[in-house]
Amino acid sequence: MSLKRNILDLRKRKEIVLQGGGEDAIKKQAAMGKLTARERIEGILDKGSFHEYDMFVEHQSKDFDMDKKVLHGDGVVIGTGTVYGEPVAIYAQDFTVAGGSLGLMHARKITKIMDHAIKMRMPIIGINDSGGARIQEGVDSLAGYGEIFFHNTQASGVIPQLSVILGPCAGGAVYSPALTDFVFVVDNISKMFITGPEVVKTVLGEEVSMEELGGARVHACISGNAHFFASTEQECFEQIKKLLTFIPWNNQRKAKAFPAKAPKAEYNIEKILPADPTQPYDVRDIIRAVADDSDFFEVQQDFAQNIVVGFGRIDGETIGFVANQPLVLAGVLDCDSADKAGRFIRFCDAFNIPIVTFEDMPGYLPGVEQEYMGVIRHGAKVLYAYSEATVPKVTVILRKAYGGGYIAMNSRHLKADFMFAWPTAEIAVMGPEGAANIIFRKEIKESANPEETRKQKVAEYREKFANPYVAASKGYIDSVIEPSETRLLLKHSIEVSGNKTVMTPVKKHGIPPF
Amino acid sequence: MTVKYEKFLLNGVEYKTLLTQKWINRKRWEEPNPYLLSSHIPGTIMQIEVKEGQNVQEGDVLLILQAMKMNNKLTAPFSGKIKKIHVNAGDKIPKGALMIEMEENEAV
Repeated sequence: MSLKRNILDLRKRKEIVLQGGGEDAIKKQAAMGKLTARERIEGILDKGSFHEYDMFVEHQSKDFDMDKKVLHGDGVVIGTGTVYGEPVAIYAQDFTVAGGSLGLMHARKITKIMDHAIKMRMPIIGINDSGGARIQEGVDSLAGYGEIFFHNTQASGVIPQLSVILGPCAGGAVYSPALTDFVFVVDNISKMFITGPEVVKTVLGEEVSMEELGGARVHACISGNAHFFASTEQECFEQIKKLLTFIPWNNQRKAKAFPAKAPKAEYNIEKILPADPTQPYDVRDIIRAVADDSDFFEVQQDFAQNIVVGFGRIDGETIGFVANQPLVLAGVLDCDSADKAGRFIRFCDAFNIPIVTFEDMPGYLPGVEQEYMGVIRHGAKVLYAYSEATVPKVTVILRKAYGGGYIAMNSRHLKADFMFAWPTAEIAVMGPEGAANIIFRKEIKESANPEETRKQKVAEYREKFANPYVAASKGYIDSVIEPSETRLLLKHSIEVSGNKTVMTPVKKHGIPPF
Repeated sequence: MTVKYEKFLLNGVEYKTLLTQKWINRKRWEEPNPYLLSSHIPGTIMQIEVKEGQNVQEGDVLLILQAMKMNNKLTAPFSGKIKKIHVNAGDKIPKGALMIEMEENEAV
């Protein structure tokens, strides 16, 4: 009798908590085109796999009449479940409860599930939808943020951390996603900024809409804070699940292997590259021509498009692809593309994902703007990331490999394990035009017909040096290969690198050029 | 579908490629003009201490620009004359806004 009553009482208590901020608040959430916290979790995890913890946690604040307010679950839902049968930890801020505002207990729930994820070595997915700090709690809410940031940093490189921005994420709150590995945004729903348009207007006098200041597109295209952009929450959930198929569960494991699949016939690797090195093409077609099922899952698709990074598989094994993109800005390395590549390479290295690099680039971007923006320290990130990486590293030089760019793009000199070059490769200190102008300056100047001599010298230089054989003769290139052999050789390289062991000097940690 | 490629000049070679919006909208570098005094930070002009045509000494306070809750003094970078004042007290100005134009002092 008594047990039955207790059970009924428990059910009633749970029911109340599951209502979050109540019917009206849920209607408002829906009116904004947003799902509720629990609907989102259901949308990402395997059906029925979610178990929620800390439902009865309540805030402890007393100031400003807060002791009279009940905030169910303190505005955040935490728990564990599975994605494709594998365990994950998840939390979702509940905007219907006091605007998802972050108080101390709210933060403690988040750090609790993070601790759990770290201990159990499984990925953590964080869904952000919060108006910011719960001002009534004062410094306690700041303490909460700080504790989350610390946990993010501790978890970094141990378990994959995914942040999903499905609502406002403003002020200090933005730094948790910024510390995690992948940030997902949804058009018209995600809003991320340090200070909102109101404050920007009063303090700085700049008038800007919320969308222009920190909308999904801004972070996907301009700031580079986001890694995946979706039109709807549902599409975003599919992206999350797809990403999870490519990455391992922790830094001690390898990504799950899938059955090997041949690339699709429509991607004919011999028909993609134009012979003229000044003509563009989409390097992603080269990746699709070697990847299983031509499936390439691009990361930061709309940011710094002059470099392409993302995941695919070769013979069933996850590969991190990095490729210069001649289609955009001729494929130069600049501040943004160096940041993008450096970070991706470090993720792959931390999580045991072999890196394949396709190189076709004319060098670092010159100019006052880039120098002032620090192309030196940003560009150094690529060098650092490749040099530091101990996972199998394979490079295929497709066409141009000039100067600093040649060194930076996983060259032999940074300890690439395999260096392949197509016969179209041009490996040189600089392009034939620039080089001939310098080396033969005197001849050109003193010639009766300088323009004619210049052309002739450029052609001469191109013939002699703009090829892969000079580098191959010094052993800097292991093999000059036919394009059609590329997939087979990549497969082979990864296969024979299975037991790669590298000794690095003992250190606490390096000091990458942040 | 035909894509229109742009020309992109790099190290003396003209590449055909697409440009990004960020690249197109980038702020071009301009040679700094020491006579044009612009705001380094967005804010509000609190008060203007000089008049057009006035001679000033290096280090003289020209105006007060309040930004991020700080009253920043804009001082004369060299001794000269105020040629034109482009702002009024109370104006909210963005970063990089031209505030005061100076010129060499004729007497010198």
